Amino acid sequence: MVKTARPADTPAEGSSAGAASITAIPARRRRFLLTDRWIAFLFIAPTIALLLFIAIFPLIWSLYLSFTNYSVNSPTGPQWAGIQNYLNIFADPSISSFFTITAKFVVESVGLEFIIGFGLALLLMKKFPGRGLAVTLLLTPMMLAPVVVGLFWKFMMSQQFGVLNWFISLTGACTVRVTCPDWLNSYPLTPWSMVIADVWMWTPFMLLISLAGLSAIPRYLYEAAEVDRASAWFKFRHITLPLVWPLLLIALLFRTIDAFKLFDIPYVLTGAGPGDATRTISYHLYDLAFNQYDTGTSCALAYIMLVIVIAIANIYIRYLNRASETARQG
Amino acid sequence: MDISTVLRRTGDVVAYLVIAAALVVFLFPLFWIVDTSFKPFSEVFSIPPKFFNFSPTLENYKHVFVTNTEFTTGGTASSVSTGFQHYFTNSIILAATSTALALALGTATAYAFSRFRIKGANDILFFILSQRMLPPVVVIIPIFLLYRQLNLIDTYQGMIILYTTFNLPFAVWMMKGFLDEIPKEYEDAAMVDGYTRLQAFFKVIIPQALPGMAATAVFALITVWNEFVFGLLLTSEVARPAPPFLVSAQTVGGIDWGQIAAASTIFVTPVIIFTFLVRNYLLRGVTFGAVRR
Repeated sequence: MVKTARPADTPAEGSSAGAASITAIPARRRRFLLTDRWIAFLFIAPTIALLLFIAIFPLIWSLYLSFTNYSVNSPTGPQWAGIQNYLNIFADPSISSFFTITAKFVVESVGLEFIIGFGLALLLMKKFPGRGLAVTLLLTPMMLAPVVVGLFWKFMMSQQFGVLNWFISLTGACTVRVTCPDWLNSYPLTPWSMVIADVWMWTPFMLLISLAGLSAIPRYLYEAAEVDRASAWFKFRHITLPLVWPLLLIALLFRTIDAFKLFDIPYVLTGAGPGDATRTISYHLYDLAFNQYDTGTSCALAYIMLVIVIAIANIYIRYLNRASETARQG
Repeated sequence: MDISTVLRRTGDVVAYLVIAAALVVFLFPLFWIVDTSFKPFSEVFSIPPKFFNFSPTLENYKHVFVTNTEFTTGGTASSVSTGFQHYFTNSIILAATSTALALALGTATAYAFSRFRIKGANDILFFILSQRMLPPVVVIIPIFLLYRQLNLIDTYQGMIILYTTFNLPFAVWMMKGFLDEIPKEYEDAAMVDGYTRLQAFFKVIIPQALPGMAATAVFALITVWNEFVFGLLLTSEVARPAPPFLVSAQTVGGIDWGQIAAASTIFVTPVIIFTFLVRNYLLRGVTFGAVRR
């Protein structure tokens, strides 16, 4: 059974304070006891304080900095520049090309992860000996560090000694060190190398969530359809898909936002090259802030990214509400 | 056998073949790194690649800890530490401490949201979750400036505060999921027996929540263990964890892939062990407790 956490559904337990008073603790002692109200406050306050300190306060500070020409390594303080940074970003054609690179990467990798992950999940719904182990093994890549994944693939994709090219040469398609592709430094191949590494790492995530969705579909729906001699396609289209769709949307939301933030893999695998062919927006932001020390502009770009992330989340959530609505009616 | 049985059997065989192929594709990179880590230097780059036909050596593992080149000083060869041990220890310290803190704070907060009526609970919970959605590169610039002001750059305290905060939203949401599943009658009964609310929390609820806390801790550990951006940009030496070091090792004086393979194997092994330990909680873990089985 798949349940979506809905905090509203938790019955409020404030009334249990009444239960406490039944316990008849002597009034003298009760005065020194913490009331539930105080406990709630003490339990929540540190968390909120830490989040305000590390997340919210810096965000407000960077909003201010995004309207200044501040640079971290200059001795002069921030000077007000109005919306100049934002105007510069929108006028800069290279930045819009980095957004295009990122968007293409997101669509390609999340799309492939979705298709492969969901496809494998459909196959893995069959019961066979060793299934549990197979699933766990298939899920390992997503638990690894992205930088280590980048290193793995950098080693395997080397044009000179990479095992990937050797496998390709076995098919007779090319000769290693002569005609085999240069995965890490050629256009238009290198952006796809980044997609391959990401798909290897994150397809397991789609697989995991698809499996959860599929195994939550009640069997009797299929049995009823079989009585009616429904075709396999009909069952897939009218039972499987509508019922797993809300969960798949959650998976797509998580992956889209994560892929949009991609930094580790281009940093390790491709170094944003060749040229700027794999310069994702996160990589550019890092470069702008920590190599070019253009703090003002980088804060502005960071805010644009933030707005996009929030927008993606909102689009999906709106879709999700509609999808679960149809699932309930269907 | 009629035609439909033949079709179904063929379908099954094709399905198993595809699953087997997927296993090979998804496990090969892991196998290849472990395999490479045991190869002598001359075999690491050989084409055609050697899969098993080499004499395994632990040289690469030695070179993870001490440098490849041995300096001869006054007739005796001495090797220099690569610093891996330092960074690796740092990773353990940072991951363990920040996980313990995030788990303690997160469990307390989750308990409050699970058991008490709190004004605007949904909004606060959503606010907590949204913090985890922020791209690290977006928040890192102001955090860098803040830490520079407070002299927290490259300190254990700074990194522990940061990683604790980083894991808090996750800990709160995971633990709320687990605590919601513990019937409140347990602590009601305890309080009828004379326990105070706090005693009931520590002596009744915490023992019940331990499996959930363990799962949450494992995910938090892995998250910090794998984190790269903050480690790269907010530390330089003293508090630097292993991932930035792994990456920088590949640019200094050519790439010794045997050494990197060995270091990666050491780095990845605990994660794989932990993954197996929490395999039944993976779904909850990757969805912040939103999806349960």
